Amino acid sequence: MTIGPWQLIPRTEYTVSSRLAVLGLGVAGGAVLSTLLLLLFGLSPVEVFSTIIHSAFLGGFYAISDTLTQAIPLILCGLGCAVAFRSGLWNVGAEGQLFLGAWAATGVATFVVPPGSSPVWTLTLMALAGFAAGALWGAIPGILKARYQTNEILVSLMLVYVASEWINYFIYVRWSQGGFQMTPLFPKNAWLPRLSDWAAEVPSLAGLTLHLGFVLALLAAVLMWFLMWRSARGFEWKVTGISPRVARYAGMSVKRNIVLVMSLSGGLAGLAGMAEVAGTVHRLQDNFSPGYGFTAILVAWLARLHPLGVIVAAILLSGLLVGAKEIQPGGVAVLLQGVILSTVIACDLLTHYRLKRSVAKGPEPIPGGAR
Amino acid sequence: MNASFMENLLSAGVERSLPLFYAATGETLSELSGVLNLGQEGIMLASAMTAVAVSHTTGSAMAGLMAGMAMGGAMALLHALLTVTLRADQVVAGLSLVFVGTGIASVGGAGLVALRQGVPHFEPWAIPLLSDIPFLGNVLFNQVPLVYAAYLMIPTIHWWLGHTRAGLNLRAVGENPAAASAMGLSVTRLRYLYVVVGGVLTGLGGASLSLAITPGWSDGLSNGQGWIAIGLVIVGGWRPWGVALAAFFFGTLQRLTLDLQGSQSEFLDSPLVGLFLRMAPYLGAIVVLVLVTRFKKRLGAPEGLGKPA
Repeated sequence: MTIGPWQLIPRTEYTVSSRLAVLGLGVAGGAVLSTLLLLLFGLSPVEVFSTIIHSAFLGGFYAISDTLTQAIPLILCGLGCAVAFRSGLWNVGAEGQLFLGAWAATGVATFVVPPGSSPVWTLTLMALAGFAAGALWGAIPGILKARYQTNEILVSLMLVYVASEWINYFIYVRWSQGGFQMTPLFPKNAWLPRLSDWAAEVPSLAGLTLHLGFVLALLAAVLMWFLMWRSARGFEWKVTGISPRVARYAGMSVKRNIVLVMSLSGGLAGLAGMAEVAGTVHRLQDNFSPGYGFTAILVAWLARLHPLGVIVAAILLSGLLVGAKEIQPGGVAVLLQGVILSTVIACDLLTHYRLKRSVAKGPEPIPGGAR
Repeated sequence: MNASFMENLLSAGVERSLPLFYAATGETLSELSGVLNLGQEGIMLASAMTAVAVSHTTGSAMAGLMAGMAMGGAMALLHALLTVTLRADQVVAGLSLVFVGTGIASVGGAGLVALRQGVPHFEPWAIPLLSDIPFLGNVLFNQVPLVYAAYLMIPTIHWWLGHTRAGLNLRAVGENPAAASAMGLSVTRLRYLYVVVGGVLTGLGGASLSLAITPGWSDGLSNGQGWIAIGLVIVGGWRPWGVALAAFFFGTLQRLTLDLQGSQSEFLDSPLVGLFLRMAPYLGAIVVLVLVTRFKKRLGAPEGLGKPA
């Protein structure tokens, strides 16, 4: 295979450092291309990038706490995407699954748990409800794919719009607080503990919004790593992802695994929705997600679909989301995400092939002769 | 339901189906060459925004339309570069296009939202004589010129795909790129060509949204229609007539849900009914997709779809 004057030579060995180098090249290429695009739109790249880096990472404890807080839903949704993508299933509807998880958790916090219950009990119930609702929403495209080979990309994506209408109905009509586009604030027992809760004992924690969901997300990442790399089930999923035919030949139930993976993937996104309402907004409100479920696709891809890589990628992209909040117009974050994703996949070629400048077609080289 | 309600509904349905039709036809050409382009939603948004921007600055809706098509072609060119030359995964490349297009539209359109309807756009133009036919005249022949272009396009593409050598070459490349290459066809060149032409058509769809149906720009204007269009390709069986009919059905469904939401009846005004009306196009798309995949014996997808050359 050739591209112009270059010949593609398949790589026979993969090293971690070469893969990281290719990834770095992709991200760097994304930065260059973004710079050009920002200039084209009359925005100052220096200002955009310095705002992002400053407000996300260099702005002291507050900045880092904000970035880690927004990384929570990205880690959870990113894990969901990574598991699904590795299993050959394109669940691109994490955003809708997150909506439903947030909705279910809100319902539990507001209507199911009696007032004055213990926080541990309340939050556990909310998390279970969030996971279950997300899992159900993810299972729908899974079941349709397993039974009828219906395209899971389109179904999971359509369900994002359906979920968005569904929760808006509750935000604007059913659970609306006095006609505003939000539900009433949760009782305190439905709030995930935050660092600032201990400000009385440790004054320097005052104002830090990082909540317990971060620990939950890290635990989920370790759990997913164990599931994918150390369990028989995860092995089945990865085999199915590489070749469903091989999986079937080896006696694995491909259909059951499709439904399981899609449910798990949706459940993780649902959990992200629960963590977001219980840890950050403490109510369900309009536009509470700046597209976490979509950014998660990029998180998973940058992480090379590895659960532990998801943590790193989520924190970096969370920084982009936090920083971009300070930048007008609001679409800059999405644009930068798209450009980075394009350049990263453009460079992916180099993970699988070496480029060699091909010489003009002449006589076949003599085997064993000088190259 | 009286005749004038039906007449208005179907007439508006024809117009509403334009973005779906053009995007789905563009996607059909791209997929027939073997390249899945999931970026439709992004392409549609970027081209709709570009069309408004250029129409506003030049004062000519035609120039806006051309610019929208050029934007669609440029974005599809990026997709071809990623998937054909650089052999990237077609799904992920398409998703990256959705991000890029949404971002371009949102950043570039920030200053256009305030214009609202004050943008040069296309007005309906009644075809003499034909538009006098009772009922059908109003439905089919009292439309914006973009609709008439679609009428010409359906049989042309049908003929191109089924009755010309170029069309057969296209199908060969999509069904079996290795064999097509052995026949002496340049798989790379043909895929580039049809992916870009497909993007231009999707750009036309995006421009028809912002220059005809709901003139002006607002963020997220297409509201998932790019995704529905990809589904329509499956529903229409990768054939121009099938795709056109599917687009008309969905355009009318969308219009119907809007009409019902705007009506004065107490039942339809209840928020719960409104919720289901707003969900209807997306739920409808899912149901139709499931029915098609469930009951059609052979879907008709190109064998080489999604595979690099």
